[in-house]
Amino acid sequence: MEHHQERSDHRSQDLPQVLVIKPPPVLTLFEDKFISSKFQLLKAWESTLPLDQFLTNYAGSVRAVLCSGASPITADIIRLLPSLQLVITASAGVNHIDLTECRRLGIAVTNAAGVFSDDGADAAVGLLIDVLRKVSAADRYVRNGLWPAKGDYALGSKLGGKRVGVVGLGGFGSAVAKRLEAFGCTVLYNSRTQKPSVPYPFYSTVLELAADSDSLIICCGLTAETRHMINREVLLVLGKQGVIVNIARGAIINEKEMVECLVRGEIGGAGLDVFENEPNVPEELFGLDNVVLSPHRVVFTPESFVAASELVVGNLEAFFSNKPLLSPVIYE
Amino acid sequence: MESIGVLMVCPMNSYLEHELEKRFNLFRFWTVPEKSAFLATNKNSIRAVVGNSSAGADAELIEVLPKLEIVASFSVGLDKIDLAKCKEKGIRVTNTPDVLTDDVADLAIGLMLAVLRKLCESDRYVRSGKWKKGDYRLTTKFTGKKVGIIGLGRIGMAVAKRAEAFSCPISYYSRTEKPEIKYKYYPGVVELAANCDILVVACSLTEETLHIINREVIDALGPKGVLINVGRGPHVDEPELVSALVERRLGGAGLDVFEHEPEVPEELFGLDNLVLLPHVGSGTVETRQAMADLVIGNLEAHFLNKPLLTPVV
Repeated sequence: MEHHQERSDHRSQDLPQVLVIKPPPVLTLFEDKFISSKFQLLKAWESTLPLDQFLTNYAGSVRAVLCSGASPITADIIRLLPSLQLVITASAGVNHIDLTECRRLGIAVTNAAGVFSDDGADAAVGLLIDVLRKVSAADRYVRNGLWPAKGDYALGSKLGGKRVGVVGLGGFGSAVAKRLEAFGCTVLYNSRTQKPSVPYPFYSTVLELAADSDSLIICCGLTAETRHMINREVLLVLGKQGVIVNIARGAIINEKEMVECLVRGEIGGAGLDVFENEPNVPEELFGLDNVVLSPHRVVFTPESFVAASELVVGNLEAFFSNKPLLSPVIYE
Repeated sequence: MESIGVLMVCPMNSYLEHELEKRFNLFRFWTVPEKSAFLATNKNSIRAVVGNSSAGADAELIEVLPKLEIVASFSVGLDKIDLAKCKEKGIRVTNTPDVLTDDVADLAIGLMLAVLRKLCESDRYVRSGKWKKGDYRLTTKFTGKKVGIIGLGRIGMAVAKRAEAFSCPISYYSRTEKPEIKYKYYPGVVELAANCDILVVACSLTEETLHIINREVIDALGPKGVLINVGRGPHVDEPELVSALVERRLGGAGLDVFEHEPEVPEELFGLDNLVLLPHVGSGTVETRQAMADLVIGNLEAHFLNKPLLTPVV
């Protein structure tokens, strides 16, 4: 594949290059959206060279990198990109970027916050209803021909009137809360800081939130503080009828402890789009009817992907035109 | 009241059975091997019938129960009760409105989300062990989709309220336009179907609404349209629906009810753009208890000569 790199070096148009180590899903599915008059893509994954060698040979003047969960931007990678000024991710999550190192070196970071909120929230509510009302399990029951054979399906649990604790009240959390209100749920939340303009009761710890909730919806980012924040203690306090939905990052929950709680019936159920070691999912969950599993695609709609692509390209074009970035990540 | 005979026509709820047994002389019709003989023997002691969405009190049953005073349905739907016959004979009829409205509406939205976002299909996919990294299949966005509702009663309005929280524009068809309602009215079901993305059946089953979802409506809804039925199976011309789904002339469906429950057309089992549920619209512990309490409350009120709680006739 090296001739491809030589060809791009001799390109007559001298467009600035945007490094892509591995293509994010939006690029794989909507590559035509990334054609621009302001930049060209430097596709590291198409080279047979080991990554560090490729970067040393070809990425010395690269000012921007488009990354994804599959290609984290670590301090080591940053060290190999001496001209780097911008890290762009097509995801809302930024846990795969060494933000501390970026901040230290004055490297800007943009993400795709906002464009995924509706789809993420829709799926979170869908998963919660699915677990409480046993939608997937009952669908399986019908498809297996059990309705005539075994009679009526088991009763589920009413969503209306439930106290739902939202963990993280950013774009996703707010969108989830707004939807749940229409079902007659009482929304409670935990966030790093209390938000004064918000009508929902605030709980300063996840443990206190879980103690007062029937269900928890995880909508926060993965950071050092939130890693394994949902553990056995929190789950036990959520209780035997408690349901947890995770649309954020698998590692926010101590997966081993959650699986144990589910298998032992110590919590009521779970709706999970994300896992600690995707695409591996603990097989103990496959035998449980009170668990609904999803392969990390709560934001996988054409609308979200097109919007994310446009936001990525918008940020890149702004950057290369010396205009303000559209969706910079603000460091706290 | 222990001598009052109450005929429960099919199993529906063990709490209800238990409570009725405490108060009345409860007959469980489904346990009787010779039904005609049983009715002949007990007809003079049966003063109440308790039915549900599967079975109620048709003309035949009403005729053989000369002492029947009240039919209490463990459902809001009345399609299994011969209302005209009850009116004619002065038999009271009660149902269970309001207490199940939320659950049915919640399930309608749950079905929409499960069909569009392929939640059941995703769950099957992960459980099969086939999930690999780099497997990107897109699903259909729900927020902002146009939702058309047939029947804007309690359940229809509750569905609309929930869908609005997802920024879905709401339109409806009902027997008469409701001028106080801000949603867009269509004077015909075909027109409604042609102008929405998701069509929800939320009306009661009557002679007029039998097969209200027919080939013409299905064609108008189209290959990107989704049908959600939380009404009654006979609202839909089921063979037409099945062929439309198999031939991909209809985009998808979320079905809680079928024409011949518990039979569900097997051609549907292999399709991934469907969710099939075993009539669980009101199927939560909380709501079934509330429904049972209404049935008991209505029967008690009747036999104590007090006003009925939720009379229909």
